[in-house]
Amino acid sequence: MSILGLPLGLTPDQFLFILRGAGWTLVLSLFGFVGGTVLGLPLALARAARKGGLGSWLLRQGAGAYVALVQGIPLPVIMFVVYFGVSIGGFEVPALVAAGIAMTLWSAAYLGEIWRGCIQAVPRTQWEAAECLALTPAQRFVHVILPQAMRVAVPPTVGFLVQIVKNTSYSVVIGFFDLTYSAKVINNATYKPFQVFTIAALIYFLICYPMSVASRRFEARMRRA
Amino acid sequence: MRAETDGMTIADPRPATPAAPPERETMVRFEDVRKAFGTVEVLRGITVDVHRGDVTVLVGRSGSGKSTALRCINGLEAINGGRLTVCGRRLHEPGTDLRSLRQDVGIVFQSYNLFPHLTVAQNVMLAPRKVKRLGLSEARELAREVLHKVGLADKAEAYPEQLSGGQQQRVAIARSLAMQPRLILFDEVTSALDPELTGEVLRVIEGLAKAGMTMVLVTHEMGFARSVADQLVFMHKGTVWEKGSRDILRDPATPELRQFVGNGL
Amino acid sequence: MSYDFDFAFLNEYGPDLWRGVWLTLGMTAASILPGFVLGTLCAVGRLYGPRWLSRITVIYVEAIRNTPLVIQVFWLFFGLAVLQVRIGAFPAAVIALVINVGAYTAEIMRAGFETIPKGQVEAASCLALTRTQVIWGIQFPQAVERVYPALVSQFVLMMLATSIMSQISAEELTGAAYQIQAFTFRGFEVYLVIAGIYVVMAAGLRLVLLGCATLAFPRRRRLGTPL
Repeated sequence: MSILGLPLGLTPDQFLFILRGAGWTLVLSLFGFVGGTVLGLPLALARAARKGGLGSWLLRQGAGAYVALVQGIPLPVIMFVVYFGVSIGGFEVPALVAAGIAMTLWSAAYLGEIWRGCIQAVPRTQWEAAECLALTPAQRFVHVILPQAMRVAVPPTVGFLVQIVKNTSYSVVIGFFDLTYSAKVINNATYKPFQVFTIAALIYFLICYPMSVASRRFEARMRRA
Repeated sequence: MRAETDGMTIADPRPATPAAPPERETMVRFEDVRKAFGTVEVLRGITVDVHRGDVTVLVGRSGSGKSTALRCINGLEAINGGRLTVCGRRLHEPGTDLRSLRQDVGIVFQSYNLFPHLTVAQNVMLAPRKVKRLGLSEARELAREVLHKVGLADKAEAYPEQLSGGQQQRVAIARSLAMQPRLILFDEVTSALDPELTGEVLRVIEGLAKAGMTMVLVTHEMGFARSVADQLVFMHKGTVWEKGSRDILRDPATPELRQFVGNGL
Repeated sequence: MSYDFDFAFLNEYGPDLWRGVWLTLGMTAASILPGFVLGTLCAVGRLYGPRWLSRITVIYVEAIRNTPLVIQVFWLFFGLAVLQVRIGAFPAAVIALVINVGAYTAEIMRAGFETIPKGQVEAASCLALTRTQVIWGIQFPQAVERVYPALVSQFVLMMLATSIMSQISAEELTGAAYQIQAFTFRGFEVYLVIAGIYVVMAAGLRLVLLGCATLAFPRRRRLGTPL
């Protein structure tokens, strides 16, 4: 492993330190994606809710307001709000939890918006056809709409995974130990910014680039279909 | 099998419109021109002359090579064999200056291809200003003149999408005229139009013909071809199957043209 | 859980927040046009340039889009410091933002250029326009108009991303907030307030940029429809 680090003037220990940070970047990314899915899916459903009745109107407006709000706040600020928010509740939580909650709140807004588009991309006639089969609304969604929406959702979702991984780097503001934080620490110790941050960038690139390529491939394949 | 095209006009018993006298300037000369897309031969050696002031109409089934032949004239397609001379330029030789060629040869497309972000007047003035470096007032005057010719002087400030298909196509003709070309090519210019809109476009082309503009048309409008053509070229399977005056439509020498005309009517 | 919200800091530190707002807006304003120009040139270079130029732009775009802005900023800022290049936080931030947003703009503009029908280019070159005239006179205006909403979203995201510049001690809004909470110990309130300010700025920037569209595109001004 030092093979990568040594030519750039880092000791194996320093390189391993950065790799450990990279591990936590992956953990936080997973946290953000799982949390974002759990919160984002209901958001997408609420945003795509069919017109009719006060209830569905409130759902749509509420979810829409959440998305608009979160998309107007920088992720570092969300990190801070969560970080200070949980601490005033008297909880002393690890930075991972605060960062994870922030990533969840943030990615849910974007994933919700992406998936709403995918759900609405399923032709109206599919809903009507499902209705004619006497399926309940839940059955209609799970058996007819969801499978079709999921196919459309794959490329943009994989693309957004890249955003999640990159944006976990903002957790540096609340001192979460991830790839960016560890690189910063090593830079402070070695004063070799080009080497250190090039290594960090390379690691991010190795994680993100395959997903970017995959997302483009999926999209191209779907366009051909 | 293939008709002797030269013998055609002579063999024609009818008193036809006299063929173009030989001393008139030849604007376009195809000599055994060949063109292939990959392994598909689209033009298998065609020989046609276009004389100054004449309207030459290319007809034939789709896939007969007529549009490709037309597009060779202004260098949109490069030829693979034979000789093609357009306004004194030898396109079969390497190093033809396409930009200078295209100042002499205008083209109007089936799909108009107006620039949607520019007004009608801007569409017309663009090339005169950018290519011929005309001043704004001169270009405006020119635009007014050519738009008047196509009957759209009042639409100068409209955007293309505000016009009907027929009007858009007339603007495209005006845009071409504004470069004061020596020759204009028309590539199925009425094929994308609703039937009730083709008339206005054809009338503009007729007007140009009367004014002595040299034109080469690819069209499916057989009635129009019959009324406007000085030279009619029937293309079939990548060759010039028959050519002559417009009267060959009335009295085809080959079964292929007879069948084509029969279907077209 | 009882917590007494205390927004008294607004009286004392209001001017600091205000200065932060202006710095954030200044950074954003300074980065938009150069970023757009850089991105557009890269898109054109990639699509119509010689192979070597095309390769370089691909590498640039992929390198930037697949690494975080924070790392790019650190690389540039701390790197320049080591090279003894003395450069303020503000110029460093703007350079980083331009390089970053340029890569995203390049992808957006490339998509824009690719949506222009082939017939447009054919018709323009048949009018004897040069390749350069066709690209900048025919393709570029249509491409910008088509992808304008995507560009606006990208620039709003860039404005939000300036918040990371506090990491290189730029006193933009988030940096100002960090100082204030350090003095007042009212972190939650401070960040709630600036979150609100960002929401307003994001909406405002979106409005302003969309307003620019009516200025920039005469066709839209008259017809009111997207291209």
